[in-house]
Amino acid sequence: MSYMIVKDEKGIIEVKWQIWRKTMERREDVKLFNFHASPFGQRVIWALKLKGVDYECIEEDIFNKSNLLLELNPVHKKVPVLVHCNKPIAESLVILEYIDETWKQYPLMPQNPYQRAHARFWANFAEHKLLDAAWMAMRSSGEEQEKAVNEAREAVEKIEEEIKGKRFFGRDNIGFLDIAIGWISYWIPVWEEVGSMKILDPLKFPAINAWITNFLSHPTINDTLPQRDNMIVYYHSRRKEVSPF
Amino acid sequence: MGEVKLIGTHQSFPCARIEWGLKIKGVEYEYLKEDLSNKSDLLIESNPVHKKVPVLIHKGNPIAESLVILEYIDETWKDNNAHSLLPQNPYERALARFWAKFIDEKCVISVWGACVAQEGEEKEKAVEGAIETLSHLEKQIKGKKFFGGEKIGYLDIVAGWLSYWLSVLEELGEIELVNAERFPCLHEWGKNFINTSPIKDCIPPREDVLAYFSFGINYVRSMAPNKA
Repeated sequence: MSYMIVKDEKGIIEVKWQIWRKTMERREDVKLFNFHASPFGQRVIWALKLKGVDYECIEEDIFNKSNLLLELNPVHKKVPVLVHCNKPIAESLVILEYIDETWKQYPLMPQNPYQRAHARFWANFAEHKLLDAAWMAMRSSGEEQEKAVNEAREAVEKIEEEIKGKRFFGRDNIGFLDIAIGWISYWIPVWEEVGSMKILDPLKFPAINAWITNFLSHPTINDTLPQRDNMIVYYHSRRKEVSPF
Repeated sequence: MGEVKLIGTHQSFPCARIEWGLKIKGVEYEYLKEDLSNKSDLLIESNPVHKKVPVLIHKGNPIAESLVILEYIDETWKDNNAHSLLPQNPYERALARFWAKFIDEKCVISVWGACVAQEGEEKEKAVEGAIETLSHLEKQIKGKKFFGGEKIGYLDIVAGWLSYWLSVLEELGEIELVNAERFPCLHEWGKNFINTSPIKDCIPPREDVLAYFSFGINYVRSMAPNKA
C-alpha cells in the first residue's frame, strides 16, 4: 500500500494516521484464544511469528472458560481458537494449514504433494501415538507409568528415524512438521521432570535431541516459550488430575 | 496404468474413501486386495508404522492414512476436468478439515462404542453420546445436498461410511442412531450419497461388512471385564 507524502505538516500527519489505522486493523484482524501452557496453542504462535503476522493473544482460563470461547468453539470448547476477520478456526493442526494457506510468506508446508502427505502423516502420528502416551507417563506412576513411557519411547524411536541426517524436519528451515511436533522439544522435558521419568533419552535418540537443540535455538521459537518454572508448577498441579485439554 | 495402486480391503470404509476419491478424479488404479489376517510383505513395507490399509502407492511412493491420502489425491490430480475435493477458499478448507477430524476422532469412536456396549446403563450412555456427536453433523448438512455443496467433496467422502456402514453397525449393536425422524437432513444426505455414481460402484456386499464388523465387535466384547 503506498501513500503520498505531502509536504505540509497536516499531510504528513494524515499519512501517519492511515498507516497506524491499517496496522491496528491488521493486528485486530487476527486473534488467538489460548492458554499459556498449551502445547497446541504454542504451535499457532510459532506459525504466526515465523510468518510475521500480527495478532492479539487472549489468555483463557481453561478451568473457567469464557462464554466467548464456548461460542467460538462450541464443538470442543477448547483452546486454541484462531479468529481471522471474525471467522473462528479450531484444532491446532487445522489452524496451521489455514495460516500457511492464508499468509504466503515463509511457507511452512513443502510444495511437493508427496512431501506434504509425509508431513501430515507424521504430524498425525505424533499426535495420536506420542502425545497421549507422554501425557499419561507424566500423570501416572508405577506399572501404568512404565507402560506409558514404553509406548512413548516406541513412538519416539520411529520419529528418530525420520529426523536422522536432517537439521529440521523441513530440511534446512523450520517447517510444518517441526512446528507440529515442536511441543516435544519443550513440553516433554517438563513432563519428564514432573513425572520423574525419561522419554527422550539422548543416548537412545541422538538425532531427536540434536533437532531439539537446533529448534529451540531459533530465536522466534525460543522467544515465545512460556516460562519453564511456571510450566513445572502448573503441570505438578495437573499431575493427578484429568487433562483439561 | 501401473502407476497407481491401492492396497485395501473392500469391507473397510477408509479404503472405500480412497476408491471414491480416485474414481471422482477419473484416476485409473490397480486394487491390491489385502488379507488382514495374513498381511502381505508389500503392506508391511509400504506402511511399516501402522501396518494398516488403505495404502496408496503412486509411482512407487507409498502414502498411508485415508485423510492424508485424500488430500494427496486432491493435490496431485488437479487438472483433467476433475473437480476439487476440497474447497478452494482457505477458511472453507479449514472447516472441511475440522469436520473430517471430528468425524474420524469423535463420530467413529462414539458410534463404535454405542454398538459394542452391552445392554444397560453403559449402553444407554454410549448411545446418547453417539447421538450427540451426530447431531453436530445434522447441523452441518442442513440446507445442503452434499457437504461439498452441489457436488460430492472431501467431507462427503470422509462421512460416507454413515450412508452404509453405519446401518450394519446399528444392526449388530441393536441400536438406531440415524433415522429420518431424528436426523432428517443427514438421512437424506446418506440416501443421495449412496445412490450417486461413482460412490455406489464401490459398495461391498452387506454380508461382507456384517462379517467384518461382527468379528471386531465380538472380539472387543470378549475382552471387556466381567461385571459382577
